[in-house]
Amino acid sequence: MRRVVVTGLGLVTPLGGDVETSWKNLIAGKSGAGPITRFDTEGQKCTIACEVKPKDHEYGFDPDKRVDHKIQRQVDPFIVYGIDAAGQALEDAGLTDMDDDLKTRTGCSIGSGIGGLPGIEIESVNLHERGPGRVSPHFVHGRLINLISGQVSIKYGLMGPNHAVVTACSTGAHSIGDAARMIKDGDADVMLAGGSEGTINPLGVAGFAQARALNMSMNDRPTEASRPYDKGRDGFVMGEGAGVVVLEEYEHAKARGAKIYAEVVGYGLSGDAYHVTAPHPEGKGAELAMRMALRKAGMEAGDIDYVNAHGTSTMADTIELAAVKRVLGDDLSGASMSSTKSAIGHLLGGAGAVEAVFCILAMRDQIVPPTLNLDDPDEGTEGVDLVPHVAKKREVNAVLNNSFGFGGTNASLIMKKVD
Amino acid sequence: MSDTADRVQKIVVEHLGVEADKVTQDASFIDDLGADSLDIVELVMAFEEEFGVEIPDDAAEKITTVGDATKYIEEHKG
Repeated sequence: MRRVVVTGLGLVTPLGGDVETSWKNLIAGKSGAGPITRFDTEGQKCTIACEVKPKDHEYGFDPDKRVDHKIQRQVDPFIVYGIDAAGQALEDAGLTDMDDDLKTRTGCSIGSGIGGLPGIEIESVNLHERGPGRVSPHFVHGRLINLISGQVSIKYGLMGPNHAVVTACSTGAHSIGDAARMIKDGDADVMLAGGSEGTINPLGVAGFAQARALNMSMNDRPTEASRPYDKGRDGFVMGEGAGVVVLEEYEHAKARGAKIYAEVVGYGLSGDAYHVTAPHPEGKGAELAMRMALRKAGMEAGDIDYVNAHGTSTMADTIELAAVKRVLGDDLSGASMSSTKSAIGHLLGGAGAVEAVFCILAMRDQIVPPTLNLDDPDEGTEGVDLVPHVAKKREVNAVLNNSFGFGGTNASLIMKKVD
Repeated sequence: MSDTADRVQKIVVEHLGVEADKVTQDASFIDDLGADSLDIVELVMAFEEEFGVEIPDDAAEKITTVGDATKYIEEHKG
């Protein structure tokens, strides 16, 4: 059987424009939340978010490093974040100089939950106010979800499978899981896999606020608003950014002497068949996804050391926790579980991929990131190590990463260290 | 450089992300400045906006160099 390992990482997050800055700030317990600066929030019920910071910020993102000026003008932010994170991952994997043969066996599976909402908003107004002849010729391909994979393949000449998952907030996890399968099936030897989102625009914030999904009660305390498992939680804080990993067939990675971060050993998928935005009240879908991932990994509950929870800071947190307890045991068999959304907000289609990178770094550095703002843990959290407030040094050899999305779509990934 | 040529050059630099000194009147949008057909559609829209001229599709198709654009605008602006 072909095994799949991770050999490169890339991140653009509200805590940094690269992997190490994001990780350092996450472990230090920093929050990426603040008042929205992108647009005038007058009249919005939610006025806070976890924005990717501008390049002059202490931990800002510089789009000029890897994305052509012309492309930056033509496409929405989620594509810029995705191209940059993919470039970081390729550089980290030492794969920027591939021969033609390898390029035909290297593909892309980088998705997004929503895609180019800012551009759709702007061009829609443009259409109505100024007419069809003023709509940008780059409107369509600058907003389409599969255009991260498209742009990355063009930039680096990658002619393997070109794929893009769209499963709301499960996108990042599904992208990695699907890409791993493509390598297992022999469709490719190398895949860039991940997810991206950039919907901190008036329409995106208003839409999620109207769906009663966002925190709207702590606009004056942005860094306290994302508080998974806390009794005072009241909706998620929107984040943005991208996570991309290089997945590679194990023998291929070994033969070229690549640095191997982890092996993707389990992937589970399910549907809730319940409600468009609310999770199944008993977390049945979540449980099915986790059990499938464990079975595929050939692992038992006690093998998991760290769970990066979906944990969005909504009422669904404790539903997920109850499902995790049914799968791993009431004390999670000694595993620690945290929600990094407490620090970077909810990156929607980017979440699963960014969190997969955090899981990998937890194994590399033997430390698990904290759940911020967990001052007053909700009922049902007793006896579970939710890593409140501060990061925790501990043994981490295998990780479980959960992602659940609107429509009732669930994905669980299990990765482990390679000896 | 005429005022029109100067403003055309600025728009081309901004839209295509190229160095200003490459944007000569002889420069071909596609062969010299790395534009594709969609970039030209976008440039024509920007010229229309900047100079308040209308550049119909059949005229736009004949604009292949920076000089073609400058000449068309000079001849048609109000």
